[in-house]
Amino acid sequence: MTALVVLPILLPLLGAGLSILIGRRALGQRTLSVAVLATIVTLAAVLLVRVDRDGPVVVQAGGWPAPFGISLVADRFAAIMVLVSSAMLLAVMLYAIGQGGVERERVGFHPVYLVLGAGVCLAFLTGDLFTLYVAFEVMLVASYVLITMGGRADQIRAGMTYVVISLIASALFVVALAFVYSATGTINMADLAGKMAELSPGVRTGLSLLLLAVFGVKAALFPLFFWLPDSYPTAPGPVTAIFAGLLTKVGVYAIIRSQLLLFPPDTFPGGLLLVVAGLTMAIGVFGALAQDDVKRILSFHIVSQIGYMVMGLGLYTLAGLAGAVFYIVHHIVVKTALFLMAGLIERRGGSSRLREVGGFVRSAPVLALLFALPALSLAGLPPFSGFVAKFALVQAAIGESQWPILVVSLAVSLLTMLSMTKIWAGVFWYDADDTLVREPDPNERLGGPPLMVFATAAVVLVSVAVMVAAAPLYALAERTAADLLNPAGYVEAVLGTGAGGGAP
Amino acid sequence: MNVLLAATAALLFACGTWLVTTRQLSRIVLGIGLLGHGANLLLLLAGRRGSAPVFGTSDPEGFADPLPQALGLTAIVITFGVTLFLLAMAYRSWQLTGRDEVEDDFEDRFVAANTADAAEVDDEEHAVHAIEQEEGA
Repeated sequence: MTALVVLPILLPLLGAGLSILIGRRALGQRTLSVAVLATIVTLAAVLLVRVDRDGPVVVQAGGWPAPFGISLVADRFAAIMVLVSSAMLLAVMLYAIGQGGVERERVGFHPVYLVLGAGVCLAFLTGDLFTLYVAFEVMLVASYVLITMGGRADQIRAGMTYVVISLIASALFVVALAFVYSATGTINMADLAGKMAELSPGVRTGLSLLLLAVFGVKAALFPLFFWLPDSYPTAPGPVTAIFAGLLTKVGVYAIIRSQLLLFPPDTFPGGLLLVVAGLTMAIGVFGALAQDDVKRILSFHIVSQIGYMVMGLGLYTLAGLAGAVFYIVHHIVVKTALFLMAGLIERRGGSSRLREVGGFVRSAPVLALLFALPALSLAGLPPFSGFVAKFALVQAAIGESQWPILVVSLAVSLLTMLSMTKIWAGVFWYDADDTLVREPDPNERLGGPPLMVFATAAVVLVSVAVMVAAAPLYALAERTAADLLNPAGYVEAVLGTGAGGGAP
Repeated sequence: MNVLLAATAALLFACGTWLVTTRQLSRIVLGIGLLGHGANLLLLLAGRRGSAPVFGTSDPEGFADPLPQALGLTAIVITFGVTLFLLAMAYRSWQLTGRDEVEDDFEDRFVAANTADAAEVDDEEHAVHAIEQEEGA
């Protein structure tokens, strides 16, 4: 059981080391990465089944008892996130191998990619606030390298913004940790759950808002989102896809985890979260409408979609949180699929600008299909997974009579549809306005190298599976939300009944 | 002593924030370094002061809290590593552009020029952008 929690973090790190040793041998690096990631997907699936059946699995690293050592905790939420993330990591790795490009030109791609995976898994599985900081850093440092891999002028320019913003957020995180530790004397999240309640409401609110700001930068919440649409589009195709799918969602995970586990309900900033959620949705989608480049349109949509997840948290009900959890799962899959498509479009047309590519529906019907499914899902059209996710959130908002956020979320859905139509019209339906940058290769009947199209299709299939299995998945999301709203189970699993300096 | 250290942290934050808001990359790197130091100092301040926490050397009641120090050490190493990476990026930027400045985002101006027809952004900048992109590619 314990191996299931530790291996998703250890395997990619060991794999990264081995990958450096293998060096330039392409086949070796590729086999290793795929094997490691496939193993993690399997482990995560087993972990999710066991956690859902038997409750949280806790590992005390080094055998130190709970509030003193580092705890690794896999509850339902963490297990779901690890499973979805590792599946995306595997699919994007296959895509990168199919593309060649950055994966082949740079020896460092495989090791750094695996380190990124380890950081993401650690962020989900840690039960310790400082280890969360370390996980963020592992993940971010890997992402700095990946985003600037290639060293082109535009990458360095965009990467600079990304790195500086992330570093400022990290410095703030350390400040938050210092405050939390001096106020409570612990950084174990389960222990904090009890100790926070003893603090005065003022101190608690301050700490909770500071942590919200820190994770808000990582999650690209309004008004801290500006770095995202700027930096993501310049990275190599597969890198943008994995960033879009995972990194901001780690931030959202941290927001949900910290707000619900650490702080008692009486100081929960629900109103603030709803306002922020509404603004994030609206600003993101307006930004997307103004853009003329597939990758930038999709990047602004990441921002917009983050608003929906925070909306679910802000409602602070079982239905709202279940909607948010389901939305995160849906969003990770769909967004990854769309960015993989953007990479395919760019590869085939030589550009991702709407006016410079066109007519794909005739020249590459497979790509058109693979774009249409996730695009309709993102916009929230029935019967796709996006519809289920948005329906759950809307229902939760109606249940709480939160009309303003309800109106905003529905209007933003419509605008999302509009900008997806814009991509559809620009890339697939009509011919290019300007002269084509590159005449597509007529021999590529799939629209790209088989492995790239296969990997994209696999992610699209996962999103279809999310739609087909919506009922059991939503039931799982509801059980997860129930856990999150009542953290006593989590605390007990980590500290053990009556052990440690836990609940007062 | 604690007040003095807290004031030092505040000063580091103030200088760091000011440096980060400037346009020169070298200043931004220094600013990030100062911000990191300020944060690490605060982390150190979070624990109790006292004698060295080694068993057998003095009364355990008077030990300093070793945990924030261990955390601070980790944070320092991380800050050190990323500052180096930032320096490498600043150097690469200087190599590519010959300037030690944060570059403008041309895509933003491009979008602005497209939507507000022929407003303040003139076509010259597009031409420059196109040339620079070709050079970069």
